[in-house]
Amino acid sequence: MFVRGLKRKCFDGEEDIEGTLAGIKAIPSYNLQRQSLLDMSLVKLQLCHMLVEPNLCRSVLIANTVRQIQEEMTQDGTWQMINTPSTGQASLDRLVSTDILCRSSREQAEGKHVPGYSTFNKDFEGDQAQDSSENMSTTSSVQPPRNLQSNVWEMENPQENKGNFQKSLDQIFETLENKSPNSVEDLFSEVDNSYYDLDTMLTGMMSNTKMGHCDGLETFSSPPTTTSNSNCKSDLNELDHIVEILVES
Amino acid sequence: QVPVLRPMDLMVEATPRRVFANAHTYHINSISVNSDYETYMSADDLRINLWNFEITNQSFNIVDIKPANMEELTEVITAAEFHPHHCNTFVYSSSKGTIRLCDMRTSALCDRHAKFFEEPEDPSNRSFFSEIISSISDVKFSHSGRYIMTRDYLTVKVWDLNMENRPIETYQVHDYLRSKLCSLYENDCIFDKFECVWNGSDSVIMTGSYNNFFRMFDRNTKRDVTLEASRENSKPRAILKPRKVCVGGKRRKDEISVDSLDFSKKILHTAWHPSENIIAVAATNNLYIFQDK
Repeated sequence: MFVRGLKRKCFDGEEDIEGTLAGIKAIPSYNLQRQSLLDMSLVKLQLCHMLVEPNLCRSVLIANTVRQIQEEMTQDGTWQMINTPSTGQASLDRLVSTDILCRSSREQAEGKHVPGYSTFNKDFEGDQAQDSSENMSTTSSVQPPRNLQSNVWEMENPQENKGNFQKSLDQIFETLENKSPNSVEDLFSEVDNSYYDLDTMLTGMMSNTKMGHCDGLETFSSPPTTTSNSNCKSDLNELDHIVEILVES
Repeated sequence: QVPVLRPMDLMVEATPRRVFANAHTYHINSISVNSDYETYMSADDLRINLWNFEITNQSFNIVDIKPANMEELTEVITAAEFHPHHCNTFVYSSSKGTIRLCDMRTSALCDRHAKFFEEPEDPSNRSFFSEIISSISDVKFSHSGRYIMTRDYLTVKVWDLNMENRPIETYQVHDYLRSKLCSLYENDCIFDKFECVWNGSDSVIMTGSYNNFFRMFDRNTKRDVTLEASRENSKPRAILKPRKVCVGGKRRKDEISVDSLDFSKKILHTAWHPSENIIAVAATNNLYIFQDK
């Protein structure tokens, strides 16, 4: 399983060495474990909708677990809430919903519903037989939501970046409610496109042979310099090309 | 050339006699034949449909828990079964560990249950995995029709139809996994769906576990046994030796430690002959049939 690189020392009793220390160290250890459980769950959810036929029961259970962790983090104040100027929803409404976690970024960008298991908010009885074959292939090649990628990236500093994560979630909510192209543009404008995609991150995790928690987090936090360099290089090449054309003319 | 008759070995080929199509949007988890032998039901994650055997292009929707807004979805249907004698009664279980008993005479769409079975949560055992391990993977009526049995990740529970607030019996299938839930969540084993079965007289219940183990519980004597379905450990006609998992401390000679269990060898499906003591156990790609001596 790809998740081998992630921290194994969750709540499992025998492996929790830190938990046996006297009170003072027990609390941060619990937060760390909770955080890594949240990370693991979000990654699982992303993989859910990358499948051709995601398991709805599994997705719902994982999403409920994520919600539960977020609620607890909200209650004990590790989750910083940012007041948005919007509708005055109850704070719990901003928590991640099943649909959001399992939507693909392409759907959000195009604003259309892809029939089949990639989203489960469309009633496609009757359509499914016809559409499923054409759309299943699209579904499997769709990239995972960039928002969640950047959020996972930000998990390395949970305390500082909770605000950013929360803000992204609010934007997702607004996007889904409005379903207008403009708000989607706004949504993506704040995302740094040089972040590596999920595949690279997972590859990094798989090649990570150490099992320690810190190593798992390191994988999340270390940027793939090759990718960003190649982006810069291609930009430079383009620039050279343009300059060439200008000079020749 | 004149065709010639050639004798051949018997070939067995399964072909569908009828196909009941296009009524389910989500994965089908259960089918259950009704005691009237005219109808049956099929259940997916969000809906249950009633079919007539003779009509393949039409079904009646009898349960629909799909929310208007899918963002609000927090619970799915996990299993369903008709009552063995009352053709209007059925039960379905959910991913939140609840069972609903419905009566089809009350309304066409059985969105309101006649009975609701749920056990209050044990606060001392609470964790982030509490909900996942409470998800019911199988529900079975007893042959008498007086009890239902449910299987969740760590236990099997027997409920009296007349008592909705808690089960009358709880059996620990593999409680030693309780301290391993995070690892089992990581490798997805925590989502494995085990079935459970009654014997013909409703005195013994059986369910599967990992490492090709399966467990039987005698409801009267309260004794239980762990057996293994594997080629290495049993020749045909040999008596199965009881197995034991060592949970800590010194491991005895025949015991196996929790960390040595093979989680890829899971027994999810078992069956018990309706009147004889003959059981069928599915272990990965092998089917074992055992009988009482």
